[in-house]
Amino acid sequence: MGLKEKILSRSLYVFHLSSGSCNNCDIELLDCLTPRYDVERFGIVLVGSIKHADVLLCTGSSNRLAIPRIKKIYEQMPKPGYVVVWGACGSSRGLFKDSYNTGQPLDEIMPVDVYIPGCPPRPEAIIGGFAKLIEKINAKGKTR
Amino acid sequence: MTIDKILKDLTDKFGSRVLDITKKSDKRAYVNIYPKDIVEFVRYIFKEAGFRFNTASGVDDFDALEIIYHFSHDASGITVSLRAILEDKQDPHVDTITTITRSAWWIERELHELFGIGFDGNADLRRLLLPDDWPEGVYPLRKDFIPSKRDSRKA
Amino acid sequence: MSHRAHIPIGPYHPLQEEPEFYKLVVEGEKVVDVDVRIGYNHRGIEKISEAKSYDQALFIVERICGICSSSHPIACAMAVEDIAGIEVPERALYIRSICQELERIHSHMLWLGLAGHFIGYNTVFMWAWKYREPICDIFETVTGNRQNYAMHKVGGVRRDIEKEHVPYILKRLDEFTKQLTMLKGAVLDDPVLHERLKGVGILTKEDAIDYAALGPTARASGVDIDVRRDYPYAAYDKLKWNVITRPEGDVFAKTVVRILEMFEAVSIIRQCLDKMPEGPIDAKPKDIPPGEGIGQIEAPRGECFHYIKSDGTNSPVRHKIRAPTYMNFPTFRETVIGETVSDATIILAAIDPCYCCTERMLVVDPGDKKVMDVNELIRLSQEKTAKIREKYS
Repeated sequence: MGLKEKILSRSLYVFHLSSGSCNNCDIELLDCLTPRYDVERFGIVLVGSIKHADVLLCTGSSNRLAIPRIKKIYEQMPKPGYVVVWGACGSSRGLFKDSYNTGQPLDEIMPVDVYIPGCPPRPEAIIGGFAKLIEKINAKGKTR
Repeated sequence: MTIDKILKDLTDKFGSRVLDITKKSDKRAYVNIYPKDIVEFVRYIFKEAGFRFNTASGVDDFDALEIIYHFSHDASGITVSLRAILEDKQDPHVDTITTITRSAWWIERELHELFGIGFDGNADLRRLLLPDDWPEGVYPLRKDFIPSKRDSRKA
Repeated sequence: MSHRAHIPIGPYHPLQEEPEFYKLVVEGEKVVDVDVRIGYNHRGIEKISEAKSYDQALFIVERICGICSSSHPIACAMAVEDIAGIEVPERALYIRSICQELERIHSHMLWLGLAGHFIGYNTVFMWAWKYREPICDIFETVTGNRQNYAMHKVGGVRRDIEKEHVPYILKRLDEFTKQLTMLKGAVLDDPVLHERLKGVGILTKEDAIDYAALGPTARASGVDIDVRRDYPYAAYDKLKWNVITRPEGDVFAKTVVRILEMFEAVSIIRQCLDKMPEGPIDAKPKDIPPGEGIGQIEAPRGECFHYIKSDGTNSPVRHKIRAPTYMNFPTFRETVIGETVSDATIILAAIDPCYCCTERMLVVDPGDKKVMDVNELIRLSQEKTAKIREKYS
């Protein structure tokens, strides 16, 4: 396992982005920071800028207004970078796939590493999802 | 204030300009009016009768468009809805009510972009909800707009 | 020389929630104009609803807003019940009230935490969200999920509150009341918060009426409206509680209203659990005749309004949804103009928008090309609090 992966998997910096969601997923994510689930003990930290992030965590049902911005943000993410989509809407646009204001699903805009389904996924699911991401990083042992 | 009182006040003041009344219950009534009388009715019901502006909903009836202005009187728990039918679907427009209450600011923008209804006197009918590159003249909430599978997949 | 700078607020932020875009025009430190561009969250729910049955529409409507996950389905169900004249069984009415009040508590606690974060009280954020967890546990016990409860249907509710759950709910409410009392003292008796929040972002009563503001935003400006009392629905006409209003209209008044409403909500839930009769929970309606119906309920942020038009088939012809934040947002313009940039975040948060759009703020000063990002703006807000705190220490 390379040094980069070893460091990454110990402490993931996450940038969170919503492409137009009902907020539930986002609240459950914030719940992870709070004392009951406390995801910071695993080294997972939310950052304020994509330039500092290792992981782009995306929720929401790909609103048309949001898509160009998501593309830009993904390009700005320093590589190696990983993408996690979270929630039924993030994974496949969910209930809103036939709406006139919904564009392509997120995995057609950028390559996705981990899908965390649920509506909304529980905080335990996000911790599980990150555990899977860390396994993937370690297993791959190579950068994207 | 009771539902009967407000309906009587409206018929006393506006006479035959009250086209039709449907009293659904002691708390709910629908009043049909001409589109050109909207401002006067709204001014009466908001300023003089003291109702609160709830929202305005557009309906596409296939051969005409409807706007329904919903007003509520909190002290008595009554909701009165003023319905105006716009026969001309090609160029529907009514006068703005933002001169009477600023609470209609956003809903007129929304009705304009989703139904294509013009509001004369409202200088700010910019896009509120739809993306800037949404094609002009395409109104999603009209019945002839059906988002195709292809349409909804490409951004 | 004072120059005008345009500050775009939006659309993304790490602490996220729904993205939006506000442009603040600033002269020096003061905000002189605001422009709003929403739509990053417009999912066309009204159009989707026309293609679904009434039962399916309730699931979609639940996901309009994650926090008002109980409010919108109740309003939608009530609109359909209004069309068809359906009588909902009494037990179901009580269960609806319980879900509503639990949601009110969890929403206000969530708000309290976020507001605390914006002004630099991160401990309040952690505490408020931690004390919110028992409410999520109650929801999970009763409905099966922490959010998105799928509890309400046309004609009643889908699941019953079992007898064995009642002692558990009461015990958690007791714990919660203790914790809330502690938090109330910590927040409302703090002189730093008094100075930081009083007189900030005042919404006058006239403006609140002119903009048709709703919920705690209006009640904190002295407008005495509450859908639970004015248009009684569910079991509220059988219960006793107080409507909390404050005359000042500033951010502090809004905080007080929300905290005190939580105590009232706990009292309502206890009364419901006590008075709830046995009986069916579902009226099992068959057909919805043609007609129109309106459902109005008091969500945590204000009045939720649903209008449904039916043509006798199983799908609505038109489903108009008006969330309370739609009426409250424009009041931001009134309250922020004339205030300083460091207060902009907390003023926006005070109307409790269904999106915490204060998240992303970017200050772009065309004059000297300076760019301040959202973290800077929140830092400004937190610094202002720290300066006030120094005075008192």
